[in-house]
Amino acid sequence: MRFGVVVFPGTWSDCDFHYVISEVVKQPVKYVWHRDRNLADLDCVVLPGGFSYGDYLRAGAVAGRSPVVEALPEFLAGGGLVLGSCNGFQILCEAGLLPGALMRNECLQYRCQSTSLLVENADTPFTRALRPGQVLTMPISHGEGKYHAEPETLRALRQRHQVVFRYATAAGQVTRAANPNGSAENIAGIINEEGTVLGLMPHPERAAESAIGGTDGLQIFHSLLGSLVEDGTFTKR
Amino acid sequence: MTAEEYDRILQRLGREPSYTELGLFSALWSEHCAYKHSKVFLKRLPQTGPHVLQGPGENAGALDIGDGWAVVFKIESHNHPSFIEPFQGAATGVGGILRDIFTMGARPIAILDSLRFGDPNDPKTRHLIHGVVSGISWYGNCFGCPTVGGEVAFAPEYAGNPLVNVMCVGLVRADRIFRARAEGVGNPVFYVGNKTGRDGIHGATMASATFDEGAEAKRPTVQVGDPFTEKLLLEACLEAMATGAVVGIQDMGAAGLACCTSEMPARSGTGMTVELASVPQREEGMSAYELLLSESQERMLIVAERGREEELRRVFAKWELDAVQIGEVTAGPDLTVRHRGDEVARVPVDALAEAPKYEKPYAAPAWLKELRAFDPLALPAPADYDEALRALMGAPALASKEWAYRQYDQQVGVNTLVLPGSDATVLRVKGTRRAIAVSTDGNGRHVFLDPRRGAAMAVCEAARNVSCAGGRPLGVTDCLNFGSPERPEILWQLAEAVEGLAEACRALELPVVGGNVSLYNETSGLAILPTPVVGVVGLLEDASQLATQWFKAAGHRIALLGPDAVSLGGSEYLWTRHGKQGGALAPLDLELERRVQAAVRAAIGEGLVTAAHDCAEGGIAVALAEACVTGKTAIGCEAALPAGMRADLTLFGEGPSRVVVSVEGGRAREFEALMAESAIPWQWIGATGGARLRLRVGGEMVVDVSVDHLEHAWRNGFERHMA
Repeated sequence: MRFGVVVFPGTWSDCDFHYVISEVVKQPVKYVWHRDRNLADLDCVVLPGGFSYGDYLRAGAVAGRSPVVEALPEFLAGGGLVLGSCNGFQILCEAGLLPGALMRNECLQYRCQSTSLLVENADTPFTRALRPGQVLTMPISHGEGKYHAEPETLRALRQRHQVVFRYATAAGQVTRAANPNGSAENIAGIINEEGTVLGLMPHPERAAESAIGGTDGLQIFHSLLGSLVEDGTFTKR
Repeated sequence: MTAEEYDRILQRLGREPSYTELGLFSALWSEHCAYKHSKVFLKRLPQTGPHVLQGPGENAGALDIGDGWAVVFKIESHNHPSFIEPFQGAATGVGGILRDIFTMGARPIAILDSLRFGDPNDPKTRHLIHGVVSGISWYGNCFGCPTVGGEVAFAPEYAGNPLVNVMCVGLVRADRIFRARAEGVGNPVFYVGNKTGRDGIHGATMASATFDEGAEAKRPTVQVGDPFTEKLLLEACLEAMATGAVVGIQDMGAAGLACCTSEMPARSGTGMTVELASVPQREEGMSAYELLLSESQERMLIVAERGREEELRRVFAKWELDAVQIGEVTAGPDLTVRHRGDEVARVPVDALAEAPKYEKPYAAPAWLKELRAFDPLALPAPADYDEALRALMGAPALASKEWAYRQYDQQVGVNTLVLPGSDATVLRVKGTRRAIAVSTDGNGRHVFLDPRRGAAMAVCEAARNVSCAGGRPLGVTDCLNFGSPERPEILWQLAEAVEGLAEACRALELPVVGGNVSLYNETSGLAILPTPVVGVVGLLEDASQLATQWFKAAGHRIALLGPDAVSLGGSEYLWTRHGKQGGALAPLDLELERRVQAAVRAAIGEGLVTAAHDCAEGGIAVALAEACVTGKTAIGCEAALPAGMRADLTLFGEGPSRVVVSVEGGRAREFEALMAESAIPWQWIGATGGARLRLRVGGEMVVDVSVDHLEHAWRNGFERHMA
């Protein structure tokens, strides 16, 4: 599977995704510069964490209008998949590729900590190696991760099973205390209607090796590989 | 600047200096830039060793860690700015040290902060803590370097002079280290990075003076940081270095352009000419004086190879940063500065680089003898040791600092094998089996009572922390925070402390490869506790052989390695319980210290140890309690401590060279054999298990407390002050 890791000025999880994809998942991967619109040779585009363009406006606001992000709809139409983590999730919401917005954490402070995530939807190309109800451990690291959407949007997300991950206790209970940033309905990650764009605030690349935060994040990459084989994308291209 | 210093300038130039030239001298001859009062002592520190690739004198020191890699590291203070403007002061402290690391060609992989404040109950101090922690968080997180460790301590002496010391560690290929040199006559001099504004003018001078009531009025001397630009500058500099077109590079830190344009040629025996009108500016009408002395952040000076200017420009254009040629390297000996064609300064670079050195008189303060003679055992022993231990665990200095570090990204880079909260942080070196362990330490109360021994103990403890993680300490960076050197008693503290650092570093074979001196930490005549902060970097040749401080399971045996000698003099217990600061420190045997650390490392390396924890502030009782509660799940333990001393001294007395380890029952024999070989004093003292911490002294159960209670006190002891 050919991965492209997007680099905006101010991105910092780019090297981590690149490392995990090439050294742990052992798949071909390259960096994609933010001015680049040519994504034709890729199967999955990763929008990593960081402070794109400094995020001095709203997080992801400038990156959401960058050349590489403008090229994503066409890439998706051609069968591509997009994974946005942390700043990547913020950018996808700003670009309108995912509904809702990410706001300042309720505690008004940056939070870097381990979280437990309840898997709600395992029927996506990003989560097919998981099962619903499973609890994953993955760290967060953000100041603006409070998911917000209008009530009707939240209802629609629920109805269409677009909520993929919720913050939960280690036992899988979705509680107020388990919500690290005040996200609506403990939402940690959502997918678009088509099931081709996943955004999540936690960092799967920081949970891809047993020595570094465990291997729960690796399941997302394994799911992607499985999807690719199963839907025949290899033969299509 | 003093009248004698002015005379010296007259002599050197053979004429009256211009206003701009005087500005150059006053900044570069400031204590902050020139170490006028400390240099005479600093040469006592050992600076060489088999691993040293770069000692003091460059932007940072560098040590060889094998497999072709080097660590570049340094600690620096930003105390004065952080008191005036805590958020920006701390943020730019982080920014400054990051640049020191990446000018050497290294990618920063870790930040540690050593912070000192007054009483956290004081609203003013709370404001400072909030400001400093959020400033560090903002800059480090946005830049993308993990903040992985450090310490926070409190004493009233820091109320008017908080300490913000920031250490940064970077990784670089050992043969790709860059230096701050202006070599090659005719080579172009490039200004890169942020534009120059009027911020931070004479910041170095401000940092070389004591404060009085009007300190806050000095806010304009504090710089304003932009971590995003710094991140771009990092990537652009590393990319530019990779082209091979960079000859030398220096960060424009204290004293800005003035510092770079004189220090770089001074190191290389060359000269430099610059045209200030070419400097990218964000304000109009800046004078030559302002342009030279501005401390605007995120700027570098690069000497490039002639003919390869385009390669440099292309890289910086990609990252949307200014890269403008402002001058060239000359044969010397002068720095010639022009502004719109007019010569505004012409000074020999040596004259700027060679600030006067002072050997001022110093003497031990008269009050010290009485303070040291204080006998803590004249105070009553606690009636309830459970309560005494709980109170210590909940003292802000010993309690969990999670409130601070959860605001810091600790993992970006995916190298952090041991997160903050153990004796030392451990980071792997990707592509190798190696890892490095890092720790900072420095106990102002100990140094106050006995500068020499206290400073030596700081080296030992930082090194011991690294050893407890399984790392072999390789080198030291130090930040010497003291009051005004113009007072003989303060200068004596500095002289003694440096001597102590030197003794310990020699004994443990640790070269000091860089650091910083911060003097004049006084407000309205009240000096801080003398606080040398020591950062130690160590190497694990096999990253899988690391240890952490918390107990892993029930049924492991517990051993205490090291001597029995402890003291309540200068202890955390004496301060927390009795509000007293006095007494004598426990003896320090440097040879024994070395052997204990070697024994701990050997035991970890053999896989015999399931936890290793340094006995530091709060004594063995706190060390055991921390081993019980700082892991993911609390585990109790029971231990019998030797009789012969009063129970509070046994439990809470502090002394060097002591380490608690846990060992699986099945490996006890092997462990015993290894300890016998190590020729150190040691003893089995108990075993892990249960939900209580139970401690006997001389057969009598003196502590029997639920670990949940201890954990609660420890988790909330600091955070409750911050709400």
